[in-house]
Amino acid sequence: MSQFTMSQFAFPPPPPSPAADAFRAEIRDFLAAEVEHRPALDRAQSWNGLDPAFSRKLGARGWLGLTWPKRYGGQERSGLERYVLLEELLAAGAPVGAHWIAERQSGPSLLRYGTEAQKAAILPRIAAGECFFCIGMSEPDSGSDLASVRTRAEREGDGWRVNGTKLWTTNATHCHLMILFCRTGPLDREHRHAGTSQFLVDLTLPGITIRPVRNLVGEHHFNEVVFEDVRLPGDALLGREGEGWAQVTGELAYERSGPERFLSSFRLLVELVRVLRPAADARAEIALGRLGAEIITLRRMSRSVAGLLQAGADPALEAAMVKDLGALVEQAIPEIARDLVADGPPTPQARAFAEVLAYTTLHAPSFSLRGGTREILRGIIARGLGLR
Amino acid sequence: MTNSQADARSDPQADDAGAMLRETADRLLADRLTPQIRARGAAGEWPGDLWAALDELGLPAAILPEAAGGFGVPVADALSLLTVAGRHALPLPLADTMLAGLALARAGIAIPPGPLAVAQGSEVRLDAAGRATGQAWGVSFGRHARAVVVLADGPDGPVLVALPRDALAIEPGLDIAGDPCDAVRVEAVPAPSAPAPFGAAELRAAGAATRALMMAGALDAVSAMTVGYANERRQFGRAIGQFQAVQQSLAVLAGQAASAAVAAGLAAEAVAAWAGASGPGLLPAVAAAKVRTGEAAGQGTAIAHQVHGAIGFTQEHRLHRYTGRLRAWRDAFGREAEWAQVLGRHLIAAGPDGLWPAITAA
Ligand SMILES: Cc1cc2nc3c(=O)[nH]c(=O)nc-3n(C[C@H](O)[C@H](O)[C@H](O)COP(=O)(O)OP(=O)(O)OC[C@H]3O[C@@H](n4cnc5c(N)ncnc54)[C@H](O)[C@@H]3O)c2cc1C
Repeated sequence: MSQFTMSQFAFPPPPPSPAADAFRAEIRDFLAAEVEHRPALDRAQSWNGLDPAFSRKLGARGWLGLTWPKRYGGQERSGLERYVLLEELLAAGAPVGAHWIAERQSGPSLLRYGTEAQKAAILPRIAAGECFFCIGMSEPDSGSDLASVRTRAEREGDGWRVNGTKLWTTNATHCHLMILFCRTGPLDREHRHAGTSQFLVDLTLPGITIRPVRNLVGEHHFNEVVFEDVRLPGDALLGREGEGWAQVTGELAYERSGPERFLSSFRLLVELVRVLRPAADARAEIALGRLGAEIITLRRMSRSVAGLLQAGADPALEAAMVKDLGALVEQAIPEIARDLVADGPPTPQARAFAEVLAYTTLHAPSFSLRGGTREILRGIIARGLGLR
Repeated sequence: MTNSQADARSDPQADDAGAMLRETADRLLADRLTPQIRARGAAGEWPGDLWAALDELGLPAAILPEAAGGFGVPVADALSLLTVAGRHALPLPLADTMLAGLALARAGIAIPPGPLAVAQGSEVRLDAAGRATGQAWGVSFGRHARAVVVLADGPDGPVLVALPRDALAIEPGLDIAGDPCDAVRVEAVPAPSAPAPFGAAELRAAGAATRALMMAGALDAVSAMTVGYANERRQFGRAIGQFQAVQQSLAVLAGQAASAAVAAGLAAEAVAAWAGASGPGLLPAVAAAKVRTGEAAGQGTAIAHQVHGAIGFTQEHRLHRYTGRLRAWRDAFGREAEWAQVLGRHLIAAGPDGLWPAITAA
């Protein structure tokens, strides 16, 4: 029986990390200089905010790929130090979107499955903030049911020929490379996950067309990426042919448990405190306290998963749980914030609050879709409980 | 056992003391907390034999420093016993006996043997001759306690007082789970006391932490038994756990249970630091933990009853022992709104730029 944790899910207390505590102060100094002057609405964009120059600045400090081996441009620091860096960047509303995917999951996938040549060629560029990645998983007819993808790579000579369409590909127009998940073998109805592979795709290759898809606010983050007889060299294969499913699901503990899974609305909470502080009543205090309790608890869960990842465990279920609970809090924040603040004269603070509230409210539906929907996550948890 | 708490956390193997305690308690309660004992307790009888068995193993004293009769287990490990108490819906005052002992030891007051109580609220004055007058309420198992610990106004400031059982006038009451929860009165009663090493708000927070730990344990049990039931109960030709609607509810229940466990761990660490008079104090960690575990108890209880159907609504079924105590512990030492306000005030006072540092400090 473990300390305070469940019989079914294990969230051990995050291990202490004095190095991470010292690092936090250094990060806060940097953010005070680099981010604090930015407008509230920019900061509210959280990990949607794109600023390649800022990403390069982080790279120059050695703050991308912090845990990676030095020979690939990393710093060989601990996962908990990286955790502190990520949460501080997000809490401050730093524009981390350009490098986020590359640093979070593409780089780690390369480290795990890449050939020496792939690692040597790409990882140092990610670490420098000069190489950005997008995720080529979803398709028009394959969302939650990712195994049903129809994009296909066929062997041709010593390379591959790819045809198909990826959709919802965030930031494709700003990225250099995509990790493409597609079919390389026939669909076997009994073993739907077999016959899939991953590729490193240079997005400048002939035959690739990227079309913007505007989101409901009119922003361009999403894209449709069409592959028409795109020829990939043999060394574009990532990992092993036919192992795509295992590789892609291996990314998910990284993708689902990080601080971005409960901090997407955090800047709204900051603006809320700014407008409430002069005259907070009991109702406001209670509402803030409830959200604070959720965030404090989720942060500990998320750090616990970071500790497990660092220790080499596979906390995929715990990660699904963090993401499910985190999205609930992220979506509760705008609902509660709008209720606590009445309209009034358009002071600069009131205007900033209103802008950030609108931004966060309109983006909130995506929090329980991207990275695996609420229902899919709960299905994963249920399976972990021994149901099905 | 000499390893510090930090060691115990960085190395799971070093959590031996806590794991041993929990296993000992778990085995004892699995054997001895029989339906008969529960029935006797529910009928108002004190299950003295079960208490004696706990006492014999030293569990109520495990939290104490060696000098006060404990065996020097890290406080957070000793507190983790309360998750086991919750997992068994224990109808005995283990939590308050541990907390009273911890408080009395810190004040340097001799710890009476036997079960102890900590009042959730009190209005007690101590005169210059050391006699206590006043009332205390929300005293779990007060009628069975050898002493009731309260914070009182003394002639020279706040004092911690151990009101001795023989001098108490008891107004018996029951909490929502049917466990004793009494009010007591004293009139010029000589009582051991010492200058209070902490304020009433801290004692209340420490009490809240014990309830958070028990709620975490109870939710763990409720989640496990509800999953078990869903796998057994068949309708429409299959186990109800195969229906996706039921699965999604069970996933939510498990998430709430996990979240409560994590929040309770936060509270235990805060109490351990407080017991050693170090660390950032009980707030905001305990406030966050009591809010989160209380909310989890509310959601978890509702789902567990829904999935159990009518059988879970019977006296015979064990579910209500857990859900009833979850409701009682949710209320004890401050409901969610009370602690949310404490935490919210703290966060708002931190201001827009101090909000995040206040969260990382918790
Ligand atoms: C902001 C944003 C960014 C994204 N970025 C990327 C990206 O960069 N790359 C990429 O590949 N994808 C990206 N996605 C796509 C994302 O992965 C999908 O939206 C997600 O997997 C769900 O697929 P879908 O939208 O097709 O919904 P569907 O799968 O069609 O689901 C619709 C609804 O049906 C429910 N549902 C589906 N199947 C089941 C089931 N078995 N049981 C119960 N309910 C079910 C879902 O939970 C959902 O509520 C992004 C999405 C968003 C919103």
